[in-house]
Formats: sequence, structure tokens, C-alpha cells
Amino acid sequence: MSEAGVAYGKVMRDGLWDQNVVFSQLLAMCPTMAVTTSGTNGLGMGLATTAVLVASNMLISAIRNYVSDQVRIPVFVVVIATLVTLVDMSLNAWLHELYKVLGLFIALIVVNCAILGRAEAFAFKNGVVASAVDGLAMGLGFTFALTVMGLVRELIGSGTLFSQASLLLGPSFSFLEMKVIPDYVGVLMMILPPGGFLALGFLLVAKRQLERRLASRRVPEPASHCAV
Amino acid sequence: MQIDALRERIPYHGGLLAFFTLVTSLALLTANRITLPAIERAAQDDLKSSLEQVLPEGMTDNDLLAAAVEVDDNGVKRTVYRGTKAGAFSAAVFGFSGRGYAGEIKLLIGVDAGGTVTGVRVLKHAETPGLGDKIEVAKSDWIRSFEKKSLENTPVAAWAVKKDGGQFDQFAGATITPRGVVKAVKEGLQFFAAHREEIAGAAK
Repeated sequence: MSEAGVAYGKVMRDGLWDQNVVFSQLLAMCPTMAVTTSGTNGLGMGLATTAVLVASNMLISAIRNYVSDQVRIPVFVVVIATLVTLVDMSLNAWLHELYKVLGLFIALIVVNCAILGRAEAFAFKNGVVASAVDGLAMGLGFTFALTVMGLVRELIGSGTLFSQASLLLGPSFSFLEMKVIPDYVGVLMMILPPGGFLALGFLLVAKRQLERRLASRRVPEPASHCAV
Repeated sequence: MQIDALRERIPYHGGLLAFFTLVTSLALLTANRITLPAIERAAQDDLKSSLEQVLPEGMTDNDLLAAAVEVDDNGVKRTVYRGTKAGAFSAAVFGFSGRGYAGEIKLLIGVDAGGTVTGVRVLKHAETPGLGDKIEVAKSDWIRSFEKKSLENTPVAAWAVKKDGGQFDQFAGATITPRGVVKAVKEGLQFFAAHREEIAGAAK
């Protein structure tokens, strides 16, 4: 496998910002809308997805020379579904405490189009190391996007930030939990699904505005493959 | 390269798919065999710790998991964990479910021999995060308001949320969820009252 010609800096930058899964490619809408009801949930989903994304990218990249173009999609689907199931079973068996917190998210990773998207767009064409870096970058970008969306919805919806973070990250992280607005009534709509679309819409506008402000000369990103 | 030519042939595609499904199925089968005992043990531990949460320490001295009895509740089979102390029936724990805002809410209810609630915990629910999920003990103490309540000390009419004239608090923005839980606990107690003799007298 040749790793020549892969600019890792660009791979990282693409994943984290330029081609951010949520904010630029608009992929993985299903888990994005479903779990970003709080910053903690977004963070948990993001981290679980990152782990699966790195593993699936590496695996797809390792087998890419043997898989023919015509049947690559079913092979990806089978490999990713298996991987997610294996992670689910292993966590349930050996890291049960973590599973109780993350278990909800892991099953949702199967329906995450971003993983199939990265397998198709990157891992199938690049070496194992580059694919791992791409998976990491995309995963962290996804985590960032979900956490920001979760925080926005949580702040407006219930006036807190990172509530129950200590359940996910351990008691030492309880300092993250904040009640920003005391005696806040809450805006139920922001926690329900419409709030997800609203938050995403405004965040997209914010990102575009920021990029325009920075006077970026880059051409718009190409359209993505699918949106789930 | 030879493999490039081979890759274009139809049998290669079929063979490849067959190979991958076989390998992944084998991987899943193996993983299932390896993890199953640990998963079952973890589920037992979870159940045990839930049972301990709804029964105050010292109320029973037997192995509750081993003392499960099946009770027929108008055609529905319910598993009741029968607690004894020094051989005498002292407590019971059973699962019960009610309807919340977003589907079923599964509860675990603990009662003493007289039918007074010793504790209620939510095992599973799909209520709105941030609103209805205050029924979880991790998020609010609300669920503890059932403790020491019974059908004797709380009249049937009071088994409702305050908005409906009862004595249990509802949450701001979520009434349907606590209403469902209150109803389920009340029905759970009625179930226990109806089958008390059967549960208390079950074979040791």
C-alpha cells in the first residue's frame, strides 16, 4: 500500500472543519437529530462513532485490493454492521458500566451514513494509516458538531450545559455540569426534533458566515453521496 | 496483476460476497459464544442491583433471584421475586409497566408483606429527555415519593398527579409521564393485593 501523496494536515482539516460530516457534508442526520438533546449525549455519540469509524476505515482499507467495485457497497455494509455488532457485544460483556451509558448510541451507529460515506470516499482509495487518520479526523469533527448542537439545544431547551456529564465520563468530570440559567422554564421545542433542525439550520448559517468573514477563497465542497 | 483480471469476473463477485458473509457470520457467532456468559452475568447483576434498590437492606435474607414465582394475572404471566426473612414471607418485588408519553414505561416495584411500597425504580422508558426522564432516580428524587405509600394509607382517588386531584407532583412541561407512572404503581399494588395469598404462600 502506498501512503505517498496523502497530506495528513489536509485530512485532519477536512474532517474537523472543511468537510465536517454534519456541518458540510450534511451526512448522518438521523443520529444527529436523535441524540443531540444535550451536550453530554452529543459527546457520547460522537466518541462511540469515532471509535467505529477508525476501525471500519482501517478494515475497509485493508481489504480494498480484493474487493471489486461492483460489489463493494454490500461488502461495506456487511463489514460495518458486523463491526458495530461486535463492539456492542464486547462492551456489553466486558465494559458493562460504559455500555449502560453508551449502549443506546452504539446501535444507532449502524444507521450512520457517514461511516459508509468515508468507506466509499476515502478508505477504499487510500492506505490503512491514512484511512485511520481520516476516520479519526472525521470522527472528531462529528463529535465536535454533535457536542455543539447538543449544547445549543440544551442551553435553550433546559438552561443547562453538559448535564449528567459525570454519568458518561466519570465523577471527576462533574465540574462540566452547569446550570446556566437558574429557574429557567425551558423551551420544550428545542429538545424535541424540530429544535434539532432549527439548531442545525442556524449553526450552518453561522459556519457559512464565519467562512465568508474569513474571506476563504476555497470553492464550495462537492455534494455528498447520501443523506440519512 | 492477475487479481485485477479476476476481479472483473462474475463468479468472483459472488464468491467474494459469500466469503465476506461467511467470515462475518463466523465472527459474530464466535463473539456471541464468547460474550454470552458475561452478558448474562451482567444482566443478572443489573437485576440484582435493581432488586436491592427497591428493597431496603435487611428486609430479606434469601436469594431473591432464586426465589422467583410466576403469577397469572388475568392471563398475563408476571414474575414475582419473593423475599423471605427467617423463612417467613417479608417482601416481594415485581415488574410492572405503564404507558407514558412515548410508549411503555417499565417499572420495578418493591413492597413489604403488607403491600406498602418500599421502592419503585424505572427500568426502561422512552420519555422526552430533559422533561419526562425525571422519573429516573439518577435525575430526580421524584420516584422516591412512592415510598411508604400503600392502598391503605393513600385512598384510590389520591393515586393521581396533583393536576388530577391526587397527591403526586407532576413535572413542569410533562404531566403524561408521571400520570402513567402513578397509574402503573397503583395497578401494581392492586395486582399484589389480589394475589397476596398466592405469593405469600408460594412453595419455599
